[in-house]
Amino acid sequence: MKKITALLLAAVLLCAVLLTGCGSSKTLTLNVYNWGEYISDGSEDSFDTIREFEKWYEETYGEKIHVNYDTYASNEDMYNKLSTGAVSYDVIIPSDYMIARMAAEDMLVPLNFDNIPNYQYIDESFRGLYYDPDNLYSVPYTYGVVGVIYNAKVVDEADAGDWDLLWNSKYAGNILQFNNSRDAFATAQYKLGLDVNSTDAANWDAALAELKTQAPLVKSYVMDEIYNMMESGEAAVGAYYAGDYFTMLDNQSDSVDLQFYYPERTNYFVDAMCIPKACQNQKLAEIFINYMLSEEPAIANAEYIYYASPNTLVYESEEYAEDLGEETMEILYPEMEDFSALYNEYAYRNLDQATLDYLNQLWEELKIS
Amino acid sequence: MKPVSKVYTALVLLFLFAPIIILLVFSFNESKSLSVFSGFSLYWYRELFRDTETLKAVRNTLLLAVSSSLIATVMGTAAAVGIHRLRNRYLRLALDTVTDIPMINPDIITGISLMLMFVFVGRLFGAATSLNFFTMLIAHVTFSLPYVILQVLPKLQQMDKALPEAAMDLGCTPLRAFLKVEIPEILPGIVTGLIMAFTLSLDDFVISYFTAGNGFQTLPIRIYNMTKKTVTPKMYALATIIFFVILALLLISNLSDEETAGSVKAAKEKKKAKKA
Repeated sequence: MKKITALLLAAVLLCAVLLTGCGSSKTLTLNVYNWGEYISDGSEDSFDTIREFEKWYEETYGEKIHVNYDTYASNEDMYNKLSTGAVSYDVIIPSDYMIARMAAEDMLVPLNFDNIPNYQYIDESFRGLYYDPDNLYSVPYTYGVVGVIYNAKVVDEADAGDWDLLWNSKYAGNILQFNNSRDAFATAQYKLGLDVNSTDAANWDAALAELKTQAPLVKSYVMDEIYNMMESGEAAVGAYYAGDYFTMLDNQSDSVDLQFYYPERTNYFVDAMCIPKACQNQKLAEIFINYMLSEEPAIANAEYIYYASPNTLVYESEEYAEDLGEETMEILYPEMEDFSALYNEYAYRNLDQATLDYLNQLWEELKIS
Repeated sequence: MKPVSKVYTALVLLFLFAPIIILLVFSFNESKSLSVFSGFSLYWYRELFRDTETLKAVRNTLLLAVSSSLIATVMGTAAAVGIHRLRNRYLRLALDTVTDIPMINPDIITGISLMLMFVFVGRLFGAATSLNFFTMLIAHVTFSLPYVILQVLPKLQQMDKALPEAAMDLGCTPLRAFLKVEIPEILPGIVTGLIMAFTLSLDDFVISYFTAGNGFQTLPIRIYNMTKKTVTPKMYALATIIFFVILALLLISNLSDEETAGSVKAAKEKKKAKKA
């Protein structure tokens, strides 16, 4: 017994030493709040963005800096933490609709672009998007497009095309649908050519009817489970983001041959870097954002996350294109005439509460039937 | 055992341990896949020990678990002794009930209410941020305290009241009697309480989630936050290591319990022998 107590005490002392070891010297602190697994972190011999930034900053400005890097699982989690004032961060990376909401609620600081000269490398088509029409608050970090993934060993290539594949009765019991009301209804709305941001009940009713005809064909309604089900060949058709398709491709079993295509109308998202009101050191935050846009970190992050980058330094880089391979580049960066027009027309926006309630009610109805 | 009960036992064990075995096996997988085992490798273990952010989260979790369980054990033992000595039966019952509330209260309510309180107090003192390591420590002590009391109180009730009285009769000061006679009697309860508080703090997610502040995330929070992309197998490796550490702790605690039980028995037998 005494031994155990002694051991525990020793452990506490050790921990205390470790803790004071890193907090004692006087250094600048930058608090960054990002999605989990959303930055190149040095694993699998990749570029360790945060450590490299700390090094680079010390070399450039002669001052030590420590980055507190925390993660969140969803936009809503991040929003809840920030809006109570329980925590404060200097840089956050929310998705488009959340940026619109936070800007409307006066939770973001207008950026000083003099400190972010690398903003020039952001492609023109990623400026003036609906969530930040005057380019005040955000610097795009990644974007993605939803597409359809299918197993070519099961699905006839001729059937691939648009959203119809998810409604094709030939593949009954092999189709996956989103287990999330907004995403599921959107597949039906895109298929029917309806507006995904509509406040008109008839629009949503039509989508519900379409989903009900699909229901008997659906193997299951999934979110993250889609990875394993597609990789193992358990299911043959499903919709997900292009970047995630590559993760599946890397892990597919030998009997599976996954392919990917974009339907004509589909969902787009943009995640962008912002500075919240509670920021303690805006200049420092802007220097960090600028660093994230510079060539080496930007390419490393794009390669790590596997989502498309709006940064010309990245997608025009030969090294990056070579690392990804021609096929991947073609899928990740599909030729789009005008991204901002497509984006502003098809991307999700915040729905008002009445529409959200109605959507959830319809979703329940679908799940019960 | 009858064959039927053997099968039943095997089934129960299978359901209990199959998930852990699968996790263990796939932590040694060469590729990222969960469906194909392509070959044995220690790759993910190497990756784990290179992931500084995850290791930091492990360190945070351990630091929090060790400090909160020690504080909770000291406070809980003191509280149990106090409750035990109360003469008024109704007051004792009332206190018993009050200390049970945090245990029965759903985690999510404890978590949200603690967060609100910290934010409220923080605003009162004009702090920019109200959550930090210490608020998390307070939260963890709060929810593990009742478990310690629950472990120590029965041991006090089992103890022969005459023992500390006899010690004082023989010239011990009350403090000495407490330290030399009462503490050794209730020690198994204290140790079990400590271990419970430690494991509770280690695996708490909900309350930590609401009370986590800047730059101090625990392991469960970090793993949960990985769900935007898939959880990488290095987490399986970490879970395997944690599983074996917990297993070792459990073995030590069970063995030492047996030892103390054994020594008490031996002492009693000695007494008997002397009497005879």
